Amino acid sequence: MAKAANDARLTRGRLWFYQALIIAVLFGAWYLMTEPILISEASAKNTAFFFGRPLAVLKVVFDWFVSGKIYPHLAITLWETLLAFAAGSVLGLVVGLWLALSPTASALAEPYITALNAMPRVILAPIFAVWFGLGVLSKVALGVTLVFFVVFFNVFQGVKEVSPVVLANARMLGATKRQLLRYIYLPSATSWVFSSLHTAVGMAFVGAVVGEYLGSARGVGYLILQAEGVFDINTVIGGILVLTLFALLLDFIVTRIEARLLVWRPASAETESL
Amino acid sequence: MGVPALAFERVTCAFADRGGSGRYTAVKDASFAIGGGEFVSLVGPTGCGKSTLLNVAAGLLAPSSGRVLVDGQPLTAVNARAGYMFQAEALMPWRSALANVTAGLEFRGTPPAETRARAHEWLARVGLAGFETRYPHQLSGGMRKRVALAQTLILDPEILLMDEPFSALDIQTRQLMENELLELWAADRKSVLFITHDLEEAIALSDRVIVLSAGPATHPLGEFAIDLPRPRDVAEIRMTPRFVELHEAIWRVLKSEVLKGYGQSRK
Repeated sequence: MAKAANDARLTRGRLWFYQALIIAVLFGAWYLMTEPILISEASAKNTAFFFGRPLAVLKVVFDWFVSGKIYPHLAITLWETLLAFAAGSVLGLVVGLWLALSPTASALAEPYITALNAMPRVILAPIFAVWFGLGVLSKVALGVTLVFFVVFFNVFQGVKEVSPVVLANARMLGATKRQLLRYIYLPSATSWVFSSLHTAVGMAFVGAVVGEYLGSARGVGYLILQAEGVFDINTVIGGILVLTLFALLLDFIVTRIEARLLVWRPASAETESL
Repeated sequence: MGVPALAFERVTCAFADRGGSGRYTAVKDASFAIGGGEFVSLVGPTGCGKSTLLNVAAGLLAPSSGRVLVDGQPLTAVNARAGYMFQAEALMPWRSALANVTAGLEFRGTPPAETRARAHEWLARVGLAGFETRYPHQLSGGMRKRVALAQTLILDPEILLMDEPFSALDIQTRQLMENELLELWAADRKSVLFITHDLEEAIALSDRVIVLSAGPATHPLGEFAIDLPRPRDVAEIRMTPRFVELHEAIWRVLKSEVLKGYGQSRK
């Protein structure tokens, strides 16, 4: 028993080691490719123009956090993400519940929902910029169009798959139609919203950054856009690095929240239709 | 006995066939009644439309023709006087055991303090004190059935409809649950309509056993009064000579139906 646990820890440590090795090798290759060590100075300059230099990129990121220059931009990007996520989720939940419980409405809306979902939503960014200006609102609007469909489809499916026995049981216990909505459909649907949390938050983040990139005065996407304008590839890659780190952080937070809200779910990965 | 608590009058249930045009008659001309405080079991081969009959009694399913009388009144909506224990898992998985038991009272707008107090009391009565905060997936199958029983009985229904409630349990847990059910029933004598395919369970629990024919067009074939003394222990009563006698008599009727049902399922 103890030996087995020990083995598991060993393999886990080994896993981390190899994972770290992968990133180290990538950075090493990147470093050798852009510094005049193995290659001539001329070609190193050439590749550095396209790929940046790892040490310079890390310095950019370091300076951002030390000087505090990045914080207002990060704050605005995260704020947009949060707003887009909240608004998109609520909208998706309400519309999902409504269409799932009203066959007529869903039959009417079906082709339009499909069309809107199939449309590349990024193309709406210029329109939102015209409607809502270059501030926070246009990014939130873009994020909402992305988040909405993720949540909507999950809720729609979730309501359709509410266990008929649980439903019949609630009716026998005396639930009225409104109570069924509140006590059965809503909790069942919210559990599906939570299971789509990762994708939804990711989408909100994408909406914020892409919106900033296409036109804004603040945000990490804006920083990247500015740097790209002057071919400062180190800053562009630095921005990408920061975004990736915060995407990971968001995902981590979501995992923690999910674990807390879904305590009633069976622990293993087995799916249970509700 | 006066007006029966629950009466089926020539109930027929036909469903549209999956194929489309055809029609499948699950239940045909079923008439029988359950007196006040009587424990009646319906036994029949699998797939004979037992659950259909129960859903009709619950008011969840409207019969194609015929009617159900509750205390002499025709049933038109969900049967508010009946509690229903389902064969499948019916607990709300997102609610704790306590919250599942309180659900019915919540729907009725009972004050929360009273609701909680009564739910605690009922969980204790079904032997689950201390398990209030557990979620259904954290409970064993037997415990979930107890929660479901408390959830139904807290509303004090006059009629109890039970659809093979213990069929998914192992035999020991099952006999324990059956004895507990009998004890709870003896305390306030509700009218019970109990469905099972297990003849021994039916005899051990009931005042009367109704045998149903194999489907389609299920209907009652015969009735047997069970004159075993109460209180009963479901495990011990199976050894008594009278039990064996009754079992033989009912099995003689049931056997041919079971074979018929088996033959149909193999087609």
